[in-house]
Amino acid sequence: MITKTVDNVQVAIADLKDGMTCMVGGFGLCGIPENIISEMVRRNVQNLTCISNNAGVDDFGLGLLLKQKQIKTMIASYVGENAEFERQMLNGEMEVILTPQGTLAEKCRAAQQGFPAVFVKAGYGTEAAEGKETREFDGKHYVLELAFKADFSFVKAWKGDTAGNLIFKGTARNFNAPMAGAAKITVAEVEELVPAGELDPNQIHIPGIFVQRIFQGEKYEKRIEQRTVRQKN
Amino acid sequence: MLTKEQIAQRIAKELQNGYYVNLGIGIPTLIANYVPEGLEIEFQSENGILGMGPFPYEGEEDADLINAGKQTITTLPGAAFFDSAMSFGMIRGQHVDLTVLGAMEVDQNGDIASWKIPGKLVKGMGGAMDLVSSAENIIVAMMHTNKHGESKILKKCTLPLTGVNCVTRVVTNLCMLNLENGKFRLLERAPGISIDEIKAATEADLIIEGDIPEMKF
Repeated sequence: MITKTVDNVQVAIADLKDGMTCMVGGFGLCGIPENIISEMVRRNVQNLTCISNNAGVDDFGLGLLLKQKQIKTMIASYVGENAEFERQMLNGEMEVILTPQGTLAEKCRAAQQGFPAVFVKAGYGTEAAEGKETREFDGKHYVLELAFKADFSFVKAWKGDTAGNLIFKGTARNFNAPMAGAAKITVAEVEELVPAGELDPNQIHIPGIFVQRIFQGEKYEKRIEQRTVRQKN
Repeated sequence: MLTKEQIAQRIAKELQNGYYVNLGIGIPTLIANYVPEGLEIEFQSENGILGMGPFPYEGEEDADLINAGKQTITTLPGAAFFDSAMSFGMIRGQHVDLTVLGAMEVDQNGDIASWKIPGKLVKGMGGAMDLVSSAENIIVAMMHTNKHGESKILKKCTLPLTGVNCVTRVVTNLCMLNLENGKFRLLERAPGISIDEIKAATEADLIIEGDIPEMKF
C-alpha cells in the first residue's frame, strides 16, 4: 500500500503558488473542496487560473477567491450566481472562458486519461468553436477540444482511505471524478478518512492511483444553493 | 393561449414508455408533473443522476442531492448517480431519448439561440450546447413571442447560437410546429387560436396544409 495521507490542508497545498492553474471540483456548491478553498483564501494566492464548472456564490465556494481578486482566468460553463464575478467580468478585471459543460468534463477526462484532445459536437457553428479546428465524421461536424493542462486538481469526496481511494455521495461526484488525476498533483479532501482496508474495493469510485495527497477536512458547511421543498399533505 | 403549465402538459403527451428524458430549466421542468399514468419514464439531470424524484419534504433536504438547477431533489427506486463526464457521455452517446429545453429564438434551419444576449450579462451555456448538439429528439418549449411581442420563431436566428440544425419540434403558447425541409409545419393550434393569429405571430415560413386541429388535453 502506498500512503497518500498528509496531516492537514496547509501541508496539502503548501506548494500552490501564484500564477498556477487549478481544477476545482463541484457543481454549484455541491461537492466543492471547502477546506482547500478556505486555505487558498487564507494564503491569498494570486493570479490563479481556475477550471471549475461554476464560480461559487458571493460568500461561498470560489466566490471567496473572487472577492480577493485571486482569479486571473476562470474557465467554467455557467457563472450566473455571483454578482462579484459579473462585476469583474464586465470590467475586464478577469478573463472568462465559457466552455460547454460536457466539453469541460471531457477536457478534464482527456487530461486524466492521456488523450491530447477530443472531438465533440457541442458548440459546432457557435462562438464556442471559434478559432478551433473542426472535422467531419459520417457527415456530422465536430470541434477539436484540447485536454486541460493543470498544476493542481482539488477534489472532494465523501469517504477516502489512506491509499487515496475515493467514494462520493449522491450528485457530489460531478466534476470531482473526472478531475482526479487530471493535473500534475491531485489533492483530495474527504469528510471521513479511514485506514486502507476499511473501504470495500468493490465500492471505490476513484482508485488511489489518481490521487497524490489526501486529508480529512476539518469541517464541512455543505451549503445548499437552492433549497426547494414540497409540503406534506 | 396556453399557460406555461399547459405547454408542459402538451409536451408530456409526447413522452413514450421507456423514455430517458432530460428537462431544461423553466417550462420544461414542469413536464415532470404531467407524465401520463402507466408510463415508465426516467428523468436525467446532467449533474449526474438518473431516476430523479420530486423535491424533498422540508427537513429532508440533502446538500449532496441536487438537480442541474441546483435545487434539492430526491431519488426514485432504480435511480443511479454518476460523474459529469459519464453524464455527458450518455447525452453525447444518444442514450437519452428526449431533450426538452427553452429558447430565446429558433429558426427554420433548426438553429437555436438560448444562452447569450450581446451587451447583456452572459451567464454561460451550461450544458445546453452539449444537449442540443447530441440529441436526435429535441423539443423546444417557449412563448411564441418575446416581451416586445416579436416572433421568436424566425427565418434566421439573430442572437448567438447554442446549436445549429438541431431542433425538431417547437411547442409554444400558440401552437405546435415540426421542422420539415427548412420550414415549420403547423401541426396543432392552441384552443381558441386561429391560423391567422399564428401566422401574424410567426416570422418563419410556415407549412399549413389541410385541417389544423386544436390541441387536446
